[in-house]
Amino acid sequence: MAGLLNNRAVLSVLFMFPAASILLLFLSYPLALGIWMGFTDARIGRPGIYVGLEQYLSLFDDDVFWLSVFNTLVYTTVATIAKFGLGMWLALLLNHALPFKAMVRAIVLLPYIVPTVLSAIVFWWIYDPQFSIVSWSLVRLGLIDHYIDFLGTPWNARWSVIVANVWRGIPFVAICLLAGLQTIPPSLYEAAALDGANAWQRFRHVTVPMLMPILAVVLTFSVLFTFTDFQLIYAITRGGPLNATHLMATLAFQRAIPGGDLGQGAAISTAMIPFLIAATVFSYYGLQRRKWQQGGADD
Amino acid sequence: MTDVVKSPAAVSEQGGMGYLVSLPRRVVTIYLPLAIFLFVLLFPFYWMGVTTFKPNEELYNYSQHNPLWIESPTIANIRKLLFETDYPQWLVNTMTVAICSTFLSIFASVLAAYAITRLRFRGAPTVGLMIFLAYLVPPSILFIPLATMVYSLGIYDSNWALILTYPTFLIPFCTWLLMGYFKSIPYELEECALIDGATRLQILWRITLPLAIPGLISAGIFAFTLSWNEFIYALAFISSTEQKTVPVGVLTQLVEGDVYHWGSLMAGALLGSLPVAIFYSFFVEHYVSSLTGAVKE
Repeated sequence: MAGLLNNRAVLSVLFMFPAASILLLFLSYPLALGIWMGFTDARIGRPGIYVGLEQYLSLFDDDVFWLSVFNTLVYTTVATIAKFGLGMWLALLLNHALPFKAMVRAIVLLPYIVPTVLSAIVFWWIYDPQFSIVSWSLVRLGLIDHYIDFLGTPWNARWSVIVANVWRGIPFVAICLLAGLQTIPPSLYEAAALDGANAWQRFRHVTVPMLMPILAVVLTFSVLFTFTDFQLIYAITRGGPLNATHLMATLAFQRAIPGGDLGQGAAISTAMIPFLIAATVFSYYGLQRRKWQQGGADD
Repeated sequence: MTDVVKSPAAVSEQGGMGYLVSLPRRVVTIYLPLAIFLFVLLFPFYWMGVTTFKPNEELYNYSQHNPLWIESPTIANIRKLLFETDYPQWLVNTMTVAICSTFLSIFASVLAAYAITRLRFRGAPTVGLMIFLAYLVPPSILFIPLATMVYSLGIYDSNWALILTYPTFLIPFCTWLLMGYFKSIPYELEECALIDGATRLQILWRITLPLAIPGLISAGIFAFTLSWNEFIYALAFISSTEQKTVPVGVLTQLVEGDVYHWGSLMAGALLGSLPVAIFYSFFVEHYVSSLTGAVKE
């Protein structure tokens, strides 16, 4: 028995068993099941039969589906650019000598650790048509003369949810990039400065290349989680007004769970996979490049 | 200029040439933007707190009361939340699910990470990569098939539905994080123990784990926060009011038709955020290191 427990092969199987069984049962199997369900007409309470590409063909003629694809792309692109622009700026600010630096960093992360739905509810209240504190402040400052209908018109609603998403995403980007910035040796900046590089050149030719590996990984995570976002939209707009803020994930939920059309919901979810694979491949090459920069050590 | 004169060690620690920048310039380029960032990042929390303790007549009357301040604070919203809704039950559910799924995930992750990094079985690097890929599978594409599975397993609408499904995103994360920690522990320590006749289990229990405690704490904290914040599974797999978790309960039960009780909604958001915020404040460093460690690995 003791000898068996010291056998590497036996022990490996034993040690991998809990993680592997949970992941295979609740991750790999549902992933396959979801793709299969996209080819069936399953509804809640009925397993469904194979219908081929019918779900995808009906989605192809579905304006709401295409609107959700458009929304998802706009939401992901705009929010990601804003998160990285502002997050990079915040990381650079935090990388200076600051009083109470540890405390400031802890405060910055707060929006990230608070449950998204709960902070989304606060944004919902901030965007209230009648009692919005933002509208009230702008009116008091004399900048606008009537309250903004944040969630009432399609583009207002899109911008509002994007702002909420950016608010929540900045801390993650900033803290990860800050960790990257702290690994850059100051001597590189000093050498660049001696060679006459100005602040922008130092940023462009020292900071950015040194941050690139971590930037690639953080970017992939950020794109992935923004693209598949669900909770923020569900809490603030539920896809309204006129489906203007429906993302693919919220549309899949609406069709599958309240709507009962599991097959179509699964087809919408499956349609997200090509985008996710593109993002993952990007991440893989980001990781590879990091290893290469560290001298090609494989681990 | 006095405030920027630091010891050489402090200067190099702060990344270099900050001492070359004059104070007025620092105020405009660093402190002012930073103050604006902090204001924007914190304002929603302030607004959450202010709304929680406001009586209704102040809440819906901006012309006579300054909305940014509370004139006569009240705990009526919190009392309503605690005694007239199932909020305490949601808290208990969330806590149970978060603790159970965290422990389950840590247990599975420690064993898997040890096997991948230390036992180095054939195909271990591939398994490591698969686990990383598993982390990239978002819940939004899994919840529909998982809902049918949960239903046919007979655990629909119970804590088990969440305790068993949360590890799908916790195990990949924790394993990946712990693999990084295990790799940083010198292999020689284990070789010494092997030569002294220790079994693999003894090595894991007596040598590797005690050295990996910071990693275990980081993984545990991160896993706990992730489970506390989870929404889509809890929304899809739970239907009865008394089984809900805090995020789902607040959003679905406190909104009655077209009448939004903003006071109690904000109280729910505040009380639901406080436990994670307090928990987080005790372990900030661990949290930051797990967040950044997972990205850097």
